[in-house]
Amino acid sequence: MHGAAVLLELGGVILGLGVLGRLAGRFGLSAIPLYLLAGLAFGEGGLLPLVTAQEFIEVGAEVGVILLLLLLGLEYSAAELVGSLRSALPAGLVDLGLNFLPGLVAGLLLGWSPLAAVVLGGVTYVTSSGIVAKVLGDLGRIGNRETPVVLSVVVVEDLAMAAYLPLVTGLLVGGGLLAGAVPVGIALATVALVLLVAVRYGETLSRLVFTPNDEVLLLVILGLTLVVAGMAQRLQVSAAVGAFLVGIALSGQAAEAAHSLLTPLRDLFAAVFFVFFGLQTDPRSIPPVALAAAALAVVTAATKVATGWWAARRAGVGPRGRWRAGTILVAHGEFSIVIAGLAVAAGREPALGPLATAYVLILAVLGPVLARASEPLRVALARPFTALGGRRSARPPADAWRPREP
Amino acid sequence: MRPGGGGTRMDIQETNLPGVGLRHDFTTRAGRQLGVVTHRTGRRDLLVYDRDDPDACQEVVQLTEEEADALAELLGAARLVEHLAALTQRIEGLAIDWLPIRGTSPYAGKAIADTQARSRTGVSIVAIVRGDGAIPAPAPDARLEPGDTLVVVGTARGVKELAKLLGS
Repeated sequence: MHGAAVLLELGGVILGLGVLGRLAGRFGLSAIPLYLLAGLAFGEGGLLPLVTAQEFIEVGAEVGVILLLLLLGLEYSAAELVGSLRSALPAGLVDLGLNFLPGLVAGLLLGWSPLAAVVLGGVTYVTSSGIVAKVLGDLGRIGNRETPVVLSVVVVEDLAMAAYLPLVTGLLVGGGLLAGAVPVGIALATVALVLLVAVRYGETLSRLVFTPNDEVLLLVILGLTLVVAGMAQRLQVSAAVGAFLVGIALSGQAAEAAHSLLTPLRDLFAAVFFVFFGLQTDPRSIPPVALAAAALAVVTAATKVATGWWAARRAGVGPRGRWRAGTILVAHGEFSIVIAGLAVAAGREPALGPLATAYVLILAVLGPVLARASEPLRVALARPFTALGGRRSARPPADAWRPREP
Repeated sequence: MRPGGGGTRMDIQETNLPGVGLRHDFTTRAGRQLGVVTHRTGRRDLLVYDRDDPDACQEVVQLTEEEADALAELLGAARLVEHLAALTQRIEGLAIDWLPIRGTSPYAGKAIADTQARSRTGVSIVAIVRGDGAIPAPAPDARLEPGDTLVVVGTARGVKELAKLLGS
Protein backbone atom coordinates (compact mmCIF):
# COMPACT_ATOMS: atom_id res chain seq x y z
CA MET A 1 0.00 0.00 0.00
CA HIS A 2 2.87 2.30 0.90
CA GLY A 3 4.41 1.75 -2.54
CA ALA A 4 1.23 2.77 -4.28
CA ALA A 5 0.96 5.94 -2.20
CA VAL A 6 4.53 6.98 -3.06
CA LEU A 7 3.93 6.38 -6.74
CA LEU A 8 0.71 8.35 -6.70
CA GLU A 9 2.23 11.31 -4.91
CA LEU A 10 5.40 11.35 -6.97
CA GLY A 11 3.51 10.91 -10.22
CA GLY A 12 1.12 13.67 -9.24
CA VAL A 13 3.99 16.04 -8.45
CA ILE A 14 5.91 15.34 -11.66
CA LEU A 15 2.77 15.51 -13.80
CA GLY A 16 1.89 18.80 -12.12
CA LEU A 17 5.37 20.14 -12.89
CA GLY A 18 4.95 19.10 -16.51
CA VAL A 19 1.71 21.05 -16.77
CA LEU A 20 3.33 24.08 -15.11
CA GLY A 21 6.36 23.87 -17.41
CA ARG A 22 4.05 23.88 -20.40
CA LEU A 23 2.20 26.89 -19.04
CA ALA A 24 5.47 28.77 -18.52
CA GLY A 25 6.60 27.89 -22.04
CA ARG A 26 3.41 29.31 -23.49
CA PHE A 27 4.19 32.72 -21.99
CA GLY A 28 7.90 32.51 -22.77
CA LEU A 29 8.78 32.47 -19.09
CA SER A 30 11.15 30.39 -17.03
CA ALA A 31 9.49 27.45 -15.32
CA ILE A 32 11.59 27.90 -12.18
CA PRO A 33 9.20 30.26 -10.34
CA LEU A 34 6.29 27.93 -11.04
CA TYR A 35 8.25 24.95 -9.68
CA LEU A 36 9.00 26.95 -6.54
CA LEU A 37 5.33 27.83 -6.16
CA ALA A 38 4.46 24.15 -6.58
CA GLY A 39 6.93 23.35 -3.81
CA LEU A 40 5.28 25.92 -1.56
CA ALA A 41 1.89 24.37 -2.25
CA PHE A 42 3.08 20.83 -1.47
CA GLY A 43 4.96 21.74 1.70
CA GLU A 44 4.00 22.17 5.29
CA GLY A 45 1.32 24.80 5.59
CA GLY A 46 0.68 24.62 1.86
CA LEU A 47 -2.42 23.59 -0.07
CA LEU A 48 -1.59 19.90 -0.66
CA PRO A 49 1.06 18.74 1.82
CA LEU A 50 2.96 15.67 0.68
CA VAL A 51 3.18 12.78 3.09
CA THR A 52 5.09 9.87 1.63
CA ALA A 53 7.22 11.13 -1.26
CA GLN A 54 9.28 13.52 0.87
CA GLU A 55 12.22 11.15 1.21
CA PHE A 56 12.58 10.59 -2.50
CA ILE A 57 12.27 14.29 -3.21
CA GLU A 58 14.97 15.08 -0.66
CA VAL A 59 17.52 12.76 -2.30
CA GLY A 60 16.33 13.79 -5.74
CA ALA A 61 16.95 17.42 -4.86
CA GLU A 62 20.56 16.68 -3.97
CA VAL A 63 21.04 14.86 -7.25
CA GLY A 64 19.39 17.83 -8.95
CA VAL A 65 21.95 20.30 -7.61
CA ILE A 66 24.78 17.98 -8.62
CA LEU A 67 23.43 17.61 -12.15
CA LEU A 68 22.83 21.36 -12.50
CA LEU A 69 26.47 22.05 -11.72
CA LEU A 70 27.80 19.09 -13.72
CA LEU A 71 25.99 20.27 -16.86
CA LEU A 72 27.18 23.81 -16.22
CA GLY A 73 30.75 22.52 -16.09
CA LEU A 74 30.24 20.52 -19.26
CA GLU A 75 29.35 23.72 -21.12
CA TYR A 76 32.90 24.97 -20.78
CA SER A 77 36.34 23.51 -21.21
CA ALA A 78 38.99 24.41 -18.67
CA ALA A 79 41.02 26.27 -21.29
CA GLU A 80 37.96 28.31 -22.30
CA LEU A 81 37.31 29.29 -18.70
CA VAL A 82 40.86 30.41 -18.08
CA GLY A 83 40.94 32.19 -21.44
CA SER A 84 37.75 34.18 -20.94
CA LEU A 85 38.64 34.93 -17.34
CA ARG A 86 41.53 37.04 -18.49
CA SER A 87 39.49 39.21 -20.86
CA ALA A 88 36.33 39.37 -18.78
CA LEU A 89 37.87 40.05 -15.39
CA PRO A 90 37.10 43.80 -15.21
CA ALA A 91 33.43 43.21 -16.07
CA GLY A 92 33.38 40.32 -13.64
CA LEU A 93 34.72 42.46 -10.81
CA VAL A 94 32.18 45.22 -11.48
CA ASP A 95 29.47 42.56 -11.52
CA LEU A 96 30.68 41.19 -8.19
CA GLY A 97 30.90 44.62 -6.57
CA LEU A 98 27.57 45.93 -7.82
CA ASN A 99 25.52 42.82 -7.18
CA PHE A 100 27.09 41.07 -4.22
CA LEU A 101 27.07 44.17 -2.02
CA PRO A 102 23.29 44.85 -2.13
CA GLY A 103 22.58 41.38 -0.77
CA LEU A 104 25.33 41.63 1.84
CA VAL A 105 24.14 45.04 3.03
CA ALA A 106 20.49 43.96 3.03
CA GLY A 107 21.39 40.94 5.18
CA LEU A 108 23.23 43.11 7.68
CA LEU A 109 20.40 45.68 7.73
CA LEU A 110 17.96 42.88 8.52
CA GLY A 111 20.11 42.10 11.56
CA TRP A 112 21.34 38.74 10.27
CA SER A 113 24.68 37.16 11.12
CA PRO A 114 27.55 38.21 8.81
CA LEU A 115 27.62 34.68 7.38
CA ALA A 116 23.92 34.75 6.46
CA ALA A 117 24.49 38.15 4.88
CA VAL A 118 27.35 36.70 2.80
CA VAL A 119 24.98 33.98 1.63
CA LEU A 120 22.37 36.59 0.66
CA GLY A 121 25.10 38.45 -1.22
CA GLY A 122 25.71 35.26 -3.21
CA VAL A 123 21.98 34.96 -3.92
CA THR A 124 21.83 38.47 -5.39
CA TYR A 125 25.18 38.09 -7.19
CA VAL A 126 24.55 35.19 -9.56
CA THR A 127 22.56 35.68 -12.72
CA SER A 128 20.75 32.56 -13.87
CA SER A 129 22.85 31.22 -16.74
CA GLY A 130 20.01 28.83 -17.59
CA ILE A 131 17.50 31.65 -18.08
CA VAL A 132 20.07 33.79 -19.93
CA ALA A 133 20.83 30.98 -22.38
CA LYS A 134 17.13 30.34 -22.96
CA VAL A 135 16.24 34.01 -23.50
CA LEU A 136 19.22 34.52 -25.85
CA GLY A 137 18.04 31.58 -27.92
CA ASP A 138 14.34 32.53 -27.83
CA LEU A 139 14.96 36.13 -28.88
CA GLY A 140 17.53 35.20 -31.56
CA ARG A 141 20.27 37.19 -29.90
CA ILE A 142 23.08 34.65 -29.94
CA GLY A 143 24.79 36.44 -32.83
CA ASN A 144 24.39 39.91 -31.34
CA ARG A 145 27.48 41.90 -30.54
CA GLU A 146 26.62 42.35 -26.88
CA THR A 147 26.19 38.61 -26.40
CA PRO A 148 29.89 37.74 -25.86
CA VAL A 149 29.87 40.38 -23.12
CA VAL A 150 26.84 38.81 -21.45
CA LEU A 151 28.29 35.32 -21.74
CA SER A 152 31.64 36.31 -20.32
CA VAL A 153 30.00 37.97 -17.30
CA VAL A 154 28.07 34.76 -16.72
CA VAL A 155 31.21 32.65 -17.14
CA VAL A 156 33.11 34.64 -14.54
CA GLU A 157 30.18 34.23 -12.16
CA ASP A 158 30.21 30.49 -12.71
CA LEU A 159 33.91 30.36 -12.02
CA ALA A 160 33.45 32.54 -8.95
CA MET A 161 30.92 29.98 -7.73
CA ALA A 162 33.68 27.36 -7.73
CA ALA A 163 35.44 29.44 -5.09
CA TYR A 164 32.36 30.82 -3.36
CA LEU A 165 30.47 27.58 -2.74
CA PRO A 166 33.32 25.83 -0.90
CA LEU A 167 33.94 29.05 1.00
CA VAL A 168 30.36 29.25 2.22
CA THR A 169 30.14 25.51 2.85
CA GLY A 170 33.31 25.66 4.91
CA LEU A 171 32.12 28.66 6.87
CA LEU A 172 28.72 27.11 7.54
CA VAL A 173 30.40 23.98 8.87
CA GLY A 174 33.16 25.75 10.73
CA GLY A 175 30.60 27.96 12.43
CA GLY A 176 32.30 31.31 12.17
CA LEU A 177 34.82 33.32 10.28
CA LEU A 178 37.82 32.29 12.38
CA ALA A 179 36.94 28.69 13.13
CA GLY A 180 36.03 28.24 9.50
CA ALA A 181 39.39 29.36 8.17
CA VAL A 182 40.94 25.87 8.14
CA PRO A 183 38.18 24.02 6.28
CA VAL A 184 37.88 26.95 3.88
CA GLY A 185 41.60 26.81 3.19
CA ILE A 186 41.41 23.08 2.53
CA ALA A 187 38.40 23.59 0.29
CA LEU A 188 39.96 26.32 -1.83
CA ALA A 189 43.25 24.42 -2.16
CA THR A 190 41.31 21.36 -3.35
CA VAL A 191 39.42 23.40 -5.93
CA ALA A 192 42.62 25.00 -7.24
CA LEU A 193 44.32 21.61 -7.43
CA VAL A 194 41.44 19.99 -9.29
CA LEU A 195 41.22 22.93 -11.72
CA LEU A 196 44.93 22.59 -12.43
CA VAL A 197 44.61 18.87 -13.00
CA ALA A 198 41.59 19.51 -15.21
CA VAL A 199 43.54 21.91 -17.42
CA ARG A 200 46.45 19.49 -17.66
CA TYR A 201 44.87 16.06 -17.85
CA GLY A 202 41.28 16.79 -18.87
CA GLU A 203 41.80 15.28 -22.29
CA THR A 204 43.31 12.06 -20.96
CA LEU A 205 40.48 11.71 -18.47
CA SER A 206 37.90 12.32 -21.19
CA ARG A 207 39.48 9.66 -23.39
CA LEU A 208 39.50 7.16 -20.52
CA VAL A 209 35.86 7.82 -19.69
CA PHE A 210 34.50 7.85 -23.22
CA THR A 211 32.77 4.82 -24.69
CA PRO A 212 30.57 4.86 -27.75
CA ASN A 213 27.91 2.94 -25.83
CA ASP A 214 25.37 5.50 -24.54
CA GLU A 215 24.11 3.34 -21.71
CA VAL A 216 27.58 2.62 -20.35
CA LEU A 217 28.67 6.24 -20.77
CA LEU A 218 25.61 7.49 -18.87
CA LEU A 219 26.28 5.14 -15.96
CA VAL A 220 30.02 5.85 -15.88
CA ILE A 221 29.69 9.63 -15.92
CA LEU A 222 26.75 9.79 -13.52
CA GLY A 223 28.50 7.38 -11.14
CA LEU A 224 31.81 9.22 -11.37
CA THR A 225 30.12 12.55 -10.70
CA LEU A 226 28.18 11.29 -7.69
CA VAL A 227 31.33 9.71 -6.22
CA VAL A 228 33.37 12.89 -6.70
CA ALA A 229 30.49 14.99 -5.33
CA GLY A 230 30.28 12.75 -2.29
CA MET A 231 34.02 12.98 -1.73
CA ALA A 232 33.86 16.75 -2.11
CA GLN A 233 31.07 16.85 0.48
CA ARG A 234 33.24 14.80 2.86
CA LEU A 235 36.06 17.31 2.40
CA GLN A 236 33.50 20.08 2.97
CA VAL A 237 34.12 21.51 -0.49
CA SER A 238 30.39 21.15 -1.31
CA ALA A 239 29.09 18.40 -3.51
CA ALA A 240 27.99 20.93 -6.14
CA VAL A 241 31.52 22.16 -6.71
CA GLY A 242 32.79 18.58 -7.02
CA ALA A 243 30.26 18.02 -9.79
CA PHE A 244 31.16 21.31 -11.46
CA LEU A 245 34.82 20.33 -11.53
CA VAL A 246 34.01 16.94 -13.08
CA GLY A 247 32.13 18.84 -15.78
CA ILE A 248 35.08 21.12 -16.42
CA ALA A 249 37.54 18.25 -16.55
CA LEU A 250 35.53 16.38 -19.17
CA SER A 251 35.95 17.72 -22.66
CA GLY A 252 35.63 16.81 -26.31
CA GLN A 253 33.60 13.79 -27.34
CA ALA A 254 32.90 12.63 -23.79
CA ALA A 255 31.58 16.05 -22.80
CA GLU A 256 29.33 16.35 -25.84
CA ALA A 257 27.86 12.90 -25.45
CA ALA A 258 27.42 13.38 -21.70
CA HIS A 259 25.71 16.69 -22.30
CA SER A 260 23.00 15.24 -24.48
CA LEU A 261 22.60 12.12 -22.32
CA LEU A 262 22.34 13.94 -19.01
CA THR A 263 20.23 16.94 -20.04
CA PRO A 264 16.89 15.14 -19.60
CA LEU A 265 18.02 13.76 -16.24
CA ARG A 266 19.10 17.24 -15.17
CA ASP A 267 15.73 18.67 -16.17
CA LEU A 268 13.91 16.09 -14.06
CA PHE A 269 16.04 16.33 -10.96
CA ALA A 270 16.47 20.10 -11.12
CA ALA A 271 12.68 20.42 -11.14
CA VAL A 272 12.59 18.14 -8.10
CA PHE A 273 15.21 20.36 -6.47
CA PHE A 274 13.16 23.52 -6.95
CA VAL A 275 10.10 21.76 -5.54
CA PHE A 276 12.14 20.58 -2.58
CA PHE A 277 13.35 24.10 -1.89
CA GLY A 278 9.76 25.31 -2.00
CA LEU A 279 8.76 22.43 0.27
CA GLN A 280 11.18 23.55 2.95
CA THR A 281 9.67 27.00 2.95
CA ASP A 282 6.46 27.57 4.86
CA PRO A 283 4.28 29.80 2.66
CA ARG A 284 3.15 31.66 5.79
CA SER A 285 6.73 32.84 6.35
CA ILE A 286 6.85 34.69 3.04
CA PRO A 287 4.54 37.71 3.57
CA PRO A 288 6.70 39.14 6.40
CA VAL A 289 9.78 39.21 4.11
CA ALA A 290 7.97 40.02 0.86
CA LEU A 291 8.63 43.75 1.07
CA ALA A 292 12.34 43.27 1.74
CA ALA A 293 12.54 40.79 -1.15
CA ALA A 294 10.78 43.18 -3.51
CA ALA A 295 13.04 46.09 -2.53
CA LEU A 296 16.13 43.91 -2.96
CA ALA A 297 14.82 42.72 -6.33
CA VAL A 298 14.33 46.29 -7.54
CA VAL A 299 17.79 47.38 -6.37
CA THR A 300 19.61 44.40 -7.85
CA ALA A 301 17.64 44.59 -11.10
CA ALA A 302 19.00 48.13 -11.41
CA THR A 303 22.55 47.11 -10.50
CA LYS A 304 22.48 44.19 -12.95
CA VAL A 305 21.28 46.50 -15.73
CA ALA A 306 24.10 48.89 -14.80
CA THR A 307 26.62 46.01 -14.91
CA GLY A 308 25.57 44.84 -18.35
CA TRP A 309 25.31 48.41 -19.64
CA TRP A 310 28.82 49.25 -18.46
CA ALA A 311 30.38 46.01 -19.71
CA ALA A 312 28.75 46.38 -23.13
CA ARG A 313 29.82 50.00 -23.44
CA ARG A 314 33.35 48.98 -22.58
CA ALA A 315 33.20 46.48 -25.44
CA GLY A 316 32.14 49.23 -27.85
CA VAL A 317 28.49 48.23 -28.12
CA GLY A 318 25.90 50.90 -28.97
CA PRO A 319 23.18 52.21 -26.60
CA ARG A 320 20.51 49.72 -27.60
CA GLY A 321 22.86 46.78 -27.20
CA ARG A 322 23.93 48.09 -23.80
CA TRP A 323 20.35 47.96 -22.57
CA ARG A 324 19.88 44.50 -24.01
CA ALA A 325 23.01 43.30 -22.20
CA GLY A 326 21.87 44.93 -18.96
CA THR A 327 18.30 43.66 -18.91
CA ILE A 328 19.17 40.08 -19.80
CA LEU A 329 21.41 39.82 -16.73
CA VAL A 330 18.52 40.61 -14.36
CA ALA A 331 17.21 37.03 -14.27
CA HIS A 332 18.06 35.11 -11.11
CA GLY A 333 17.19 31.47 -10.76
CA GLU A 334 18.72 28.09 -10.16
CA PHE A 335 22.05 29.14 -8.66
CA SER A 336 20.56 31.68 -6.28
CA ILE A 337 18.45 28.82 -4.97
CA VAL A 338 21.47 26.50 -4.81
CA ILE A 339 23.32 29.04 -2.67
CA ALA A 340 20.35 29.72 -0.41
CA GLY A 341 19.81 25.96 -0.16
CA LEU A 342 23.24 25.53 1.47
CA ALA A 343 22.33 27.88 4.29
CA VAL A 344 18.84 26.44 4.66
CA ALA A 345 20.30 22.92 4.90
CA ALA A 346 22.68 24.12 7.61
CA GLY A 347 19.73 25.55 9.52
CA ARG A 348 20.99 29.15 9.59
CA GLU A 349 18.83 32.25 9.55
CA PRO A 350 15.21 31.07 9.25
CA ALA A 351 14.22 34.12 7.18
CA LEU A 352 16.81 33.39 4.48
CA GLY A 353 14.83 30.61 2.78
CA PRO A 354 11.58 32.58 2.44
CA LEU A 355 13.42 35.74 1.39
CA ALA A 356 15.42 33.92 -1.28
CA THR A 357 12.26 32.18 -2.51
CA ALA A 358 10.38 35.46 -2.86
CA TYR A 359 13.40 37.16 -4.43
CA VAL A 360 13.90 34.47 -7.07
CA LEU A 361 10.14 34.32 -7.71
CA ILE A 362 10.26 38.00 -8.60
CA LEU A 363 13.44 38.08 -10.65
CA ALA A 364 12.97 34.81 -12.51
CA VAL A 365 9.72 36.29 -13.86
CA LEU A 366 10.90 39.88 -14.22
CA GLY A 367 14.23 38.98 -15.91
CA PRO A 368 12.88 37.55 -19.18
CA VAL A 369 10.15 40.22 -19.27
CA LEU A 370 12.69 43.04 -18.96
CA ALA A 371 14.96 41.40 -21.53
CA ARG A 372 12.09 41.45 -24.02
CA ALA A 373 11.21 45.05 -23.14
CA SER A 374 14.76 46.39 -23.24
CA GLU A 375 14.08 48.78 -26.12
CA PRO A 376 10.96 50.52 -24.72
CA LEU A 377 12.72 50.60 -21.37
CA ARG A 378 15.73 52.33 -22.88
CA VAL A 379 13.54 54.92 -24.55
CA ALA A 380 11.53 55.50 -21.38
CA LEU A 381 14.55 55.80 -19.12
CA ALA A 382 16.89 57.56 -21.50
CA ARG A 383 14.52 60.52 -21.93
CA PRO A 384 14.72 61.90 -18.37
CA PHE A 385 18.50 61.38 -18.41
CA THR A 386 19.02 63.38 -21.57
CA ALA A 387 16.58 66.02 -20.32
CA LEU A 388 18.60 66.38 -17.13
CA GLY A 389 22.06 66.13 -18.55
CA GLY A 390 21.88 67.33 -22.10
CA ARG A 391 21.12 70.80 -23.35
CA ARG A 392 17.51 71.62 -23.91
CA SER A 393 16.50 71.33 -27.49
CA ALA A 394 14.82 74.31 -29.10
CA ARG A 395 11.94 72.07 -30.09
CA PRO A 396 9.34 71.52 -27.34
CA PRO A 397 8.95 67.87 -26.37
CA ALA A 398 6.25 66.19 -28.40
CA ASP A 399 4.09 65.05 -25.53
CA ALA A 400 0.92 63.49 -26.81
CA TRP A 401 -1.12 64.34 -23.77
CA ARG A 402 -0.41 68.03 -23.80
CA PRO A 403 -2.96 70.02 -25.79
CA ARG A 404 -1.48 72.02 -28.61
CA GLU A 405 -1.48 75.73 -28.09
CA PRO A 406 -3.41 77.58 -30.72
CA MET B 1 50.06 45.82 -59.97
CA ARG B 2 46.43 45.99 -58.89
CA PRO B 3 44.69 42.80 -58.01
CA GLY B 4 42.26 41.75 -60.77
CA GLY B 5 38.63 41.80 -59.66
CA GLY B 6 39.65 41.66 -56.01
CA GLY B 7 39.45 44.81 -53.99
CA THR B 8 40.67 45.27 -50.47
CA ARG B 9 41.24 42.25 -48.27
CA MET B 10 38.32 41.31 -46.05
CA ASP B 11 38.61 41.42 -42.29
CA ILE B 12 36.87 38.46 -40.76
CA GLN B 13 36.53 38.73 -37.02
CA GLU B 14 36.44 35.69 -34.82
CA THR B 15 34.74 35.87 -31.42
CA ASN B 16 34.58 33.14 -28.83
CA LEU B 17 31.13 32.53 -27.33
CA PRO B 18 31.81 30.56 -24.14
CA GLY B 19 29.45 27.63 -23.82
CA VAL B 20 27.96 28.21 -27.27
CA GLY B 21 30.67 28.09 -29.92
CA LEU B 22 32.32 30.56 -32.28
CA ARG B 23 31.13 33.60 -34.17
CA HIS B 24 32.68 34.94 -37.37
CA ASP B 25 31.57 38.21 -38.90
CA PHE B 26 32.59 40.73 -41.52
CA THR B 27 31.33 43.82 -43.29
CA THR B 28 30.51 43.66 -46.97
CA ARG B 29 31.67 46.38 -49.35
CA ALA B 30 28.09 47.64 -49.49
CA GLY B 31 28.23 48.16 -45.74
CA ARG B 32 26.10 45.25 -44.59
CA GLN B 33 27.34 43.11 -41.76
CA LEU B 34 27.15 39.36 -42.04
CA GLY B 35 28.13 36.65 -39.63
CA VAL B 36 27.99 32.96 -38.84
CA VAL B 37 27.68 31.35 -35.42
CA THR B 38 29.12 27.85 -35.31
CA HIS B 39 27.51 25.99 -32.43
CA ARG B 40 29.32 23.16 -30.68
CA THR B 41 26.57 20.84 -31.83
CA GLY B 42 27.38 21.58 -35.48
CA ARG B 43 24.37 23.85 -35.99
CA ARG B 44 25.15 27.06 -37.88
CA ASP B 45 23.33 30.37 -37.56
CA LEU B 46 23.58 32.70 -40.51
CA LEU B 47 23.38 36.27 -39.22
CA VAL B 48 22.37 39.40 -41.04
CA TYR B 49 22.94 42.43 -38.86
CA ASP B 50 20.52 45.31 -38.57
CA ARG B 51 21.25 48.45 -40.58
CA ASP B 52 20.04 50.79 -37.86
CA ASP B 53 21.43 48.89 -34.90
CA PRO B 54 24.69 47.21 -35.95
CA ASP B 55 24.88 45.30 -32.67
CA ALA B 56 21.66 43.38 -33.26
CA CYS B 57 20.67 40.79 -35.83
CA GLN B 58 17.88 41.63 -38.19
CA GLU B 59 17.70 38.06 -39.41
CA VAL B 60 18.98 34.81 -37.93
CA VAL B 61 18.71 31.73 -40.13
CA GLN B 62 19.34 28.41 -38.42
CA LEU B 63 21.09 25.87 -40.62
CA THR B 64 21.76 22.21 -39.97
CA GLU B 65 25.19 20.89 -40.89
CA GLU B 66 23.82 19.60 -44.20
CA GLU B 67 22.14 22.86 -45.10
CA ALA B 68 25.27 24.81 -44.22
CA ASP B 69 27.28 22.55 -46.53
CA ALA B 70 24.80 23.06 -49.35
CA LEU B 71 24.91 26.84 -48.93
CA ALA B 72 28.70 26.83 -48.80
CA GLU B 73 28.80 24.85 -52.02
CA LEU B 74 26.43 27.23 -53.76
CA LEU B 75 28.49 30.21 -52.74
CA GLY B 76 31.87 28.56 -52.94
CA ALA B 77 32.12 26.52 -56.16
CA ALA B 78 31.81 29.38 -58.62
CA ARG B 79 33.93 31.60 -56.43
CA LEU B 80 36.82 29.15 -56.49
CA VAL B 81 37.16 29.35 -60.28
CA GLU B 82 36.97 33.15 -60.22
CA HIS B 83 39.50 33.17 -57.45
CA LEU B 84 42.00 31.14 -59.48
CA ALA B 85 41.46 33.40 -62.46
CA ALA B 86 42.13 36.44 -60.32
CA LEU B 87 45.32 34.81 -59.06
CA THR B 88 46.77 35.17 -62.60
CA GLN B 89 47.58 38.76 -61.99
CA ARG B 90 47.78 38.74 -58.25
CA ILE B 91 51.28 37.40 -57.77
CA GLU B 92 53.81 39.76 -59.25
CA GLY B 93 55.93 38.16 -61.97
CA LEU B 94 53.81 35.02 -62.04
CA ALA B 95 51.02 34.36 -64.48
CA ILE B 96 48.63 31.46 -64.46
CA ASP B 97 46.49 30.96 -67.51
CA TRP B 98 44.20 28.56 -69.29
CA LEU B 99 45.17 27.95 -72.92
CA PRO B 100 42.78 26.05 -75.21
CA ILE B 101 44.14 23.57 -77.81
CA ARG B 102 42.11 24.16 -80.98
CA GLY B 103 41.83 21.69 -83.82
CA THR B 104 43.91 24.10 -85.91
CA SER B 105 46.76 24.15 -83.40
CA PRO B 106 50.08 22.86 -84.80
CA TYR B 107 50.47 20.78 -81.65
CA ALA B 108 47.05 19.10 -81.62
CA GLY B 109 47.73 15.37 -81.42
CA LYS B 110 51.40 15.92 -80.49
CA ALA B 111 53.16 15.26 -77.16
CA ILE B 112 53.89 18.01 -74.61
CA ALA B 113 57.62 17.45 -75.19
CA ASP B 114 57.18 18.44 -78.85
CA THR B 115 56.06 21.96 -77.89
CA GLN B 116 59.39 22.55 -76.10
CA ALA B 117 57.37 25.01 -74.07
CA ARG B 118 59.77 25.11 -71.11
CA SER B 119 62.92 25.79 -73.11
CA ARG B 120 61.35 28.18 -75.61
CA THR B 121 59.14 30.28 -73.30
CA GLY B 122 60.09 29.27 -69.73
CA VAL B 123 56.43 28.34 -69.11
CA SER B 124 55.40 25.10 -67.34
CA ILE B 125 52.32 23.14 -68.26
CA VAL B 126 50.98 22.11 -64.85
CA ALA B 127 47.77 20.37 -65.89
CA ILE B 128 45.65 19.32 -68.82
CA VAL B 129 41.90 19.83 -68.41
CA ARG B 130 40.06 17.32 -70.56
CA GLY B 131 36.27 17.10 -70.47
CA ASP B 132 35.16 16.97 -66.84
CA GLY B 133 38.48 15.63 -65.61
CA ALA B 134 42.02 16.91 -65.33
CA ILE B 135 45.48 15.44 -65.63
CA PRO B 136 47.63 17.17 -63.05
CA ALA B 137 51.41 17.29 -63.64
CA PRO B 138 51.25 15.61 -67.06
CA ALA B 139 54.30 13.62 -68.25
CA PRO B 140 56.30 15.04 -71.20
CA ASP B 141 54.94 12.32 -73.51
CA ALA B 142 51.29 13.18 -72.70
CA ARG B 143 49.33 13.87 -75.90
CA LEU B 144 47.51 17.14 -76.46
CA GLU B 145 44.10 16.66 -77.98
CA PRO B 146 41.87 19.20 -79.67
CA GLY B 147 39.44 20.56 -77.08
CA ASP B 148 41.96 20.25 -74.20
CA THR B 149 42.73 23.22 -72.00
CA LEU B 150 46.26 23.60 -70.65
CA VAL B 151 46.84 25.17 -67.25
CA VAL B 152 50.16 26.98 -67.56
CA VAL B 153 52.37 28.91 -65.16
CA GLY B 154 55.15 31.28 -66.12
CA THR B 155 55.92 34.93 -66.71
CA ALA B 156 53.22 37.01 -68.35
CA ARG B 157 55.39 37.37 -71.44
CA GLY B 158 56.21 33.66 -71.62
CA VAL B 159 52.53 32.77 -71.39
CA LYS B 160 51.75 35.14 -74.24
CA GLU B 161 54.48 33.57 -76.39
CA LEU B 162 53.27 30.07 -75.65
CA ALA B 163 49.71 31.05 -76.54
CA LYS B 164 51.00 32.24 -79.93
CA LEU B 165 52.99 29.00 -80.44
CA LEU B 166 50.00 26.84 -79.63
CA GLY B 167 47.79 28.88 -81.88
CA SER B 168 45.28 29.48 -79.13
